[in-house]
Amino acid sequence: MKTFNYHSAKNVKEASKLASSNSVFLAGGMSTIPSMKLGFANYRDIIDIKGIKSLSGIKVSGKTVKIGATTKHVEVANSKDVKKAIPSLAALAEGIGDPQVRNRGTIGGSIANNDPSADYPSACIALNAVIHTNNRKIDADKFFKSMFETPLKSGEIIEVIEFAIPEKSNYQKYPNPASRYAIVGVYVAKHKSSVNVAVTGAKSCVYNDKDLAKALTSKFSSSSIDNFSISSSGMNSDIHASAEYRANMIKVFAKKAVDAC
Amino acid sequence: MASLVGSRVERKEDKKLLTGRGKYTADVNFVNQTFAYFVRSPHARAQIKKVDTSKALKASGVVAVLTGADIANDKIGGLIAGWRIKSEDGSDMKVPAHPPLANDTVNYVGDHVAVVIAESLDEARNAAELVKVDYKIMKAVVSTKDAMNSDQIYKEIPKNLCFDWLLGDRAKVKEAFDKADKIIKIDLINNRLVPNAMEPRAANADYNPSTEEITLYTTSQNPHLARIIISAFNGVAPENKLRVIAPDVGGGFGSKIYPYAEEVVCSWAAKKIERPIKWVADRTESFLSDCHGRDHVTHAELAVKNDGTFLGFKNETIANIGAYASVFATVTPTYLFGPCATGVYKMPAAYTNVKAVFTNTAPVDAYRGAGRPEATYTIETIVEKAARELGMDPAEIRMKNFPTQFPFQQTLVHSVDSGDYVAGLNKSMEVADYKGFEKRKRESESKGKLRGIGLCSYFEACGIAPSPVVMMLGCGIGLWESAEVRFNPTGNVTVFTGSHSHGQGHDTTFAQIAADQLGVPIENIEISHGDTDKGPFGYGTYGSRSLTVGGTAIVKACEKIIAKGKRVAAKMLEASEDDVEFSNGEFVVAKSNKKKTIGEIAFACYLPGTYGEVKSPLPEGEEPGLKETSFFDPVNFSFPAGSHICEVEVDPETGETKVVKYTAVDDFGTIINPLVVEGQVHGGVVQGIGQALYEECRYDNSGQLITASYMDYTMPRADNLPEFKLDWTCTPSTTNPLGTKGCGEAGAIAAPAAVMNAVMNAIGAEISMPATAEKVWKVCNQNKKRNSEAA
Repeated sequence: MKTFNYHSAKNVKEASKLASSNSVFLAGGMSTIPSMKLGFANYRDIIDIKGIKSLSGIKVSGKTVKIGATTKHVEVANSKDVKKAIPSLAALAEGIGDPQVRNRGTIGGSIANNDPSADYPSACIALNAVIHTNNRKIDADKFFKSMFETPLKSGEIIEVIEFAIPEKSNYQKYPNPASRYAIVGVYVAKHKSSVNVAVTGAKSCVYNDKDLAKALTSKFSSSSIDNFSISSSGMNSDIHASAEYRANMIKVFAKKAVDAC
Repeated sequence: MASLVGSRVERKEDKKLLTGRGKYTADVNFVNQTFAYFVRSPHARAQIKKVDTSKALKASGVVAVLTGADIANDKIGGLIAGWRIKSEDGSDMKVPAHPPLANDTVNYVGDHVAVVIAESLDEARNAAELVKVDYKIMKAVVSTKDAMNSDQIYKEIPKNLCFDWLLGDRAKVKEAFDKADKIIKIDLINNRLVPNAMEPRAANADYNPSTEEITLYTTSQNPHLARIIISAFNGVAPENKLRVIAPDVGGGFGSKIYPYAEEVVCSWAAKKIERPIKWVADRTESFLSDCHGRDHVTHAELAVKNDGTFLGFKNETIANIGAYASVFATVTPTYLFGPCATGVYKMPAAYTNVKAVFTNTAPVDAYRGAGRPEATYTIETIVEKAARELGMDPAEIRMKNFPTQFPFQQTLVHSVDSGDYVAGLNKSMEVADYKGFEKRKRESESKGKLRGIGLCSYFEACGIAPSPVVMMLGCGIGLWESAEVRFNPTGNVTVFTGSHSHGQGHDTTFAQIAADQLGVPIENIEISHGDTDKGPFGYGTYGSRSLTVGGTAIVKACEKIIAKGKRVAAKMLEASEDDVEFSNGEFVVAKSNKKKTIGEIAFACYLPGTYGEVKSPLPEGEEPGLKETSFFDPVNFSFPAGSHICEVEVDPETGETKVVKYTAVDDFGTIINPLVVEGQVHGGVVQGIGQALYEECRYDNSGQLITASYMDYTMPRADNLPEFKLDWTCTPSTTNPLGTKGCGEAGAIAAPAAVMNAVMNAIGAEISMPATAEKVWKVCNQNKKRNSEAA
């Protein structure tokens, strides 16, 4: 690892001010630190935001669940409030990585990184999340732009992710047998007037499968998508899964998710 | 005192290993320590035009930067192939030079080009980026199957062929095939694997300029071998000036039997810069540069009669040995593979032909089972296919061809002294509830799952012996083992073994043996290994040899101790030596109450005198002290055998395969400690399941390793595994006094075939290892399409 300056920010304002084109915010560090150790990334300044109390915590109101950006996966997984309001979200958090990752990794870090195989982005899309930063609110469907890319600007910090509480929801993933990242993850959420089918792992970025969503909006049953043929065009293809296999798995796992709702 | 052999004594070593008190090579730090980082080739095949170290030398903390030219100037020898193989035409095998630091060419991604030595690891690593190597990239040879028809890697080695070896009789096989009712054929790939020891390789070499002695700490299964190779072949230091210590070692699976370039370079460079040098592989370096395992492409044919009787077998294999011939690379696909080719069956005629090829990939060497898993996988999948094609039950066809008389002279080499394959398979079928399979299959079907059952009856040959025979066959070393049993004056015991424990539990099982032999409580016995300055020369631990060879040496040394003890006791008890009997730690004069404990005898041997008078307890001419050494060279291998039965459930929608039931019934002869043996079987079976379903080391066409981390290389994990059902049969080995047979590799030998036979039974089609979800799904999908078209 190369040398760098380490800053522990006391508040969001200070953290934002320290940011530059050669800096990174550090929360759980579950992606940042390995990429630095492997020499894939080098920064002059590491701005640690773990100590900023206002960024952590869970609040459930009538219609939404708000989760602070530095809330750890284990806290979401174990939260009675989350389990009651959106059980599938707690279950998703419980299935991220391994115990070490869940005890350090944070929801804000996961979303800001926008890894194409991460779990949380699918929750944001499926649950119509609004991402609150220190200077604006961004709808989830505008946030996940493309692989590892978001609209966040330099110095902009995610503060809270606000999820809409659905009527029913479920997340099913087929993990990569080696890394246990999602080869395909399908988050189905039935809201009052519409259904979202958010898919992670399959393409270069999380997306809402509009065709599956439409079919399930008209009738919320796995039989509605039984005869669907999902095109493999644009899907990832690697040594673990071809595009064709991923397309099959989306359907299989969407059905599983609907059945589990 | 109750016998400890056969009891479930908890592992003595676990307390230290599980509480962080183990001492591994990376834990060792010398005063004035420096750290090494290797510059490795990023290309699979290239000429080195120039290495410019000038910038790196100026970087912060750098002590030295050394290259292939430096090691050549110092006339340090290359790494060696330890077993000479002759081709069918009588010619010697061809091997390329393998300098510890590359000189003219690099031949795989990860090949060693230069070493940067600095005050800290970070400084060494950062400076390594400044070493500028000018490469002329050449087209890499990667494919095992196509290697003989590809560009020639070394100018002195046509067709990239190391050797073309034959064991068996082609003419007899042709005769047998001419008489056959049916010929069963298979083409298979034995997938390439990365050993993945939990502890990465490491070395720490210290040179003392006053004594001119090098002390090398290293992650070795075989420190004595490392010492003799680094001395005699690499010429780094004479043997008496090189001490090699393999302290606690976290697993090896074969990949740590022999020294690598890093140990040679660290030892040589430590002498050159007169400072200690430490190198610890990171995980990616382990993937790139540990010797890999297996990698065969095989065509096999089995000639059968319609009633299932086997008439003949041929195995034609191309074995990839990577870029250089590593120490056991040439014996693994020949003498460890060929003789086991016909499995546990009467086979009137057979041959094995192996073409070993060089490619631009990491060297391939022994990996848990070494040759025997490859042989077993081939015969056990072709036998299962024969059963399918003849409409026989897979158990029935096996039973029909098992030998029932022992000793059993196998077709190719081995004379198997003991075994009972019929009893083993019967017991395994009983434990696995073989008869109940159809019911379980229907239950799985009702859940939309496909269920399959697979058998594997294996035998293996371990504890390679005897030395004169293996040396006649081309082995560069002997394969006996040593033990020294040393009583301390106060009556406790230290046992030195030339074998090495890196997970096998020798501290416990060897102590059980010595405790039984000497009648000394196990708490009073220490097992010492892994230091060439302590105890006699030995040959380390691999090939399931330690108990049958090394354990026997301990027994023999104990017998010598007891013989001397008897002489001393007779003198002290004023009896005839013939009247002294030894049992439970006491020398007793027959028909009397006169006795001495073995502790009293030891004390007398070390303090041979009496206060106030000139009187020795020792017989005239007897030397003081109580310490005996034995070197044991067995007359034959030992031949463990068994039958494993696996059941899998396949989800046809996703192709995911789950091992739902696994039964192993093994015959390891006498079992010293069932707890330790169960652990060995569990570990071996898990590695076998890993090979069958998950693990695959893959290079792309340019020779880049694309499974170079745990992000892409799939290890089997606890949640992939069922509860194992283990049981035993026992036919004691006749070639060692304990009656033991090796158990360390059995699981890895048997499991791949058992699992794959179960998968193929479930999906009704042939499929190659690893049976990943996507591969299985494709077959299920094709079956579904075919069925719907038929309907």
